Amino acid sequence: MIMNNNNNLQDENMLSIRDLSIQFGGLRAVDSLSMKIKKGQLYGLIGPNGAGKTTVFNLLTGVYRPTEGSIYLDGNDITGKSTAAVNRAGIARTFQNIRLFGELSVLDNVKCGLHNNYSYSTLSGILRLPKYYRVEKEMNDKGMELLSVFGLDSDANTLAGNLPYGAQRKLEIARAMATNPKLLLLDEPAAGMNPNETKELMETIYFIREKFSLTVLLIEHDMKLVSGICEELTVLNFGQELAQGKTSDVLNNPEVIKAYLGD
Amino acid sequence: MKMSLSKFSKSTVNMIQTLLGLALTYIVITIVSMTGNLSHSMTNILAQLCIYAIIAVGLNLCVGFLGELSLGHAGFMSVGAFVSATFTHAAADAIPSIYARFFIAMILGVLAASLAGFLIGIPVLRLNGDYLAIVTLAFGEIIKGLLNVFYVGKDDNGLHMSFVQDNSKDLGENGKMIINGAKGIMGTPHVTTFTISMALLMICLVVVTFLVDSRTGRAIQAIRDNRIAAESIGIDITKYKMIGFVISAGIAGIAGVLYSHYLSTTTASKFDFNMSILILVFVVLGGLGNFRGSILAAVILTLLPELLRGLSNYRMLIYSILLIGLMLFNWAPAAIEWRARYAPKLLKLFRKDK
Repeated sequence: MIMNNNNNLQDENMLSIRDLSIQFGGLRAVDSLSMKIKKGQLYGLIGPNGAGKTTVFNLLTGVYRPTEGSIYLDGNDITGKSTAAVNRAGIARTFQNIRLFGELSVLDNVKCGLHNNYSYSTLSGILRLPKYYRVEKEMNDKGMELLSVFGLDSDANTLAGNLPYGAQRKLEIARAMATNPKLLLLDEPAAGMNPNETKELMETIYFIREKFSLTVLLIEHDMKLVSGICEELTVLNFGQELAQGKTSDVLNNPEVIKAYLGD
Repeated sequence: MKMSLSKFSKSTVNMIQTLLGLALTYIVITIVSMTGNLSHSMTNILAQLCIYAIIAVGLNLCVGFLGELSLGHAGFMSVGAFVSATFTHAAADAIPSIYARFFIAMILGVLAASLAGFLIGIPVLRLNGDYLAIVTLAFGEIIKGLLNVFYVGKDDNGLHMSFVQDNSKDLGENGKMIINGAKGIMGTPHVTTFTISMALLMICLVVVTFLVDSRTGRAIQAIRDNRIAAESIGIDITKYKMIGFVISAGIAGIAGVLYSHYLSTTTASKFDFNMSILILVFVVLGGLGNFRGSILAAVILTLLPELLRGLSNYRMLIYSILLIGLMLFNWAPAAIEWRARYAPKLLKLFRKDK
């Protein structure tokens, strides 16, 4: 949509999934799902509870290995890579049930995210070589810059576990952004937030997409958020694709309404 | 002072305070012992206190920061102890200076203990859960069992080893046994002094504090707090678990080297399961992730049985009651609340006095 005038079709898709399936015993949690996300797009993955949305995220990030199908990120095959390798390839994510490093400070959480982009050896850390001081300073500056984007800079020295709920959600996004991803996966970012916080979150997502020229795939139940920011949607039901396309079309699709509200 | 300290991180400030405390203790004890006011048994126990403090600091890195339970740190200690003491004996002719020999023995002992940690880590640190506790427990027992039937002798032809039988008869002229099975290594020169142990304790404290407060240390703590999240931001779990565990085992090796050059006789049975548990008690009572606490707990819990010696049979009874009391003071919710309520008031009083 955004890159329609881009002539190079190869470069157009940030993520393309082909016939992705995973089988848990007798249950096919995700069944031949295909999806294409263009560069710079805000893409939504919705569906009723238990539809397999988080499983798709776990497949994309290498937590599970798909039974069939392939995943391409920016033209590179990342199917079956380990979680850490997938992150280094350019996918970062947040979690439905927040997973922060609770005993570390807010700033240290973000600095953990910077781990692979700012490097010095264990030995220069123990011996406190000049490189340690130089890189740590760069990490502090970059970390504080990211925290200020999310309005968390005043809490930099608080333990992450002591932050209020909404701030923890934002910190998770900040930590994911610290890994400098091409594609950001948000798993129910607005869960448990009040309407004001949700609105603020929408603005933040817009802002970081522009600032870091990011592609975003998000799972969400809050239809206001979905219809407000997603450009295209895929609806999952029982692991299968129910509908796909522009947000307004998909949300008016009778099949989708039936899946959500019942007959 | 406050101005200059604020530049450092909180853990570094903590470390500097602990180092100052240790230095002060060292000076006071040296003065007391020079004026002849320290009993013989106390003079003897000083180095042992430092050795236990060192291994407690090392184990705290593993349990408190890596979040992996090790029930076999005495095993790593015995690897360091036997390798270094064997070297000290074997190289007695080649390197006459005992301090030069001790220095090389220290390096060899630490390397051997780290290698043992590495070898155990290869299969175990890939797994999640409490496997490390089980495997290290087994490791400690296996090492003890092997060393109990390990015979090393030295003659003009070099070293002779056997796991089967006492091979002292096979040795040629000028031959002597170094490791004598269950009887262990006898007559190791007494190199470990209070000064050397204290210096190494300080070095270990600096190393672990600087390690924890670095990129590597953050990765290690991230894995402890949430493994899945750590993986999701690209941290190599196995690598950083391995770094933490190997350093922890290496520090146990330092303690072992000191211990074997402190005792005149090193036997495998000294490094048994009870010793591993004792070290774990230091760490848990001192507080997970609190190096100063580990040092204090190691000192207090090693001194207590000595101080209670006069009570003969009631000694261990009182010791265990004190353990329970300490545990409650440290971890009971009511005690934590009480401390939170009264500690600031006490501090305020203290400041007014100043």
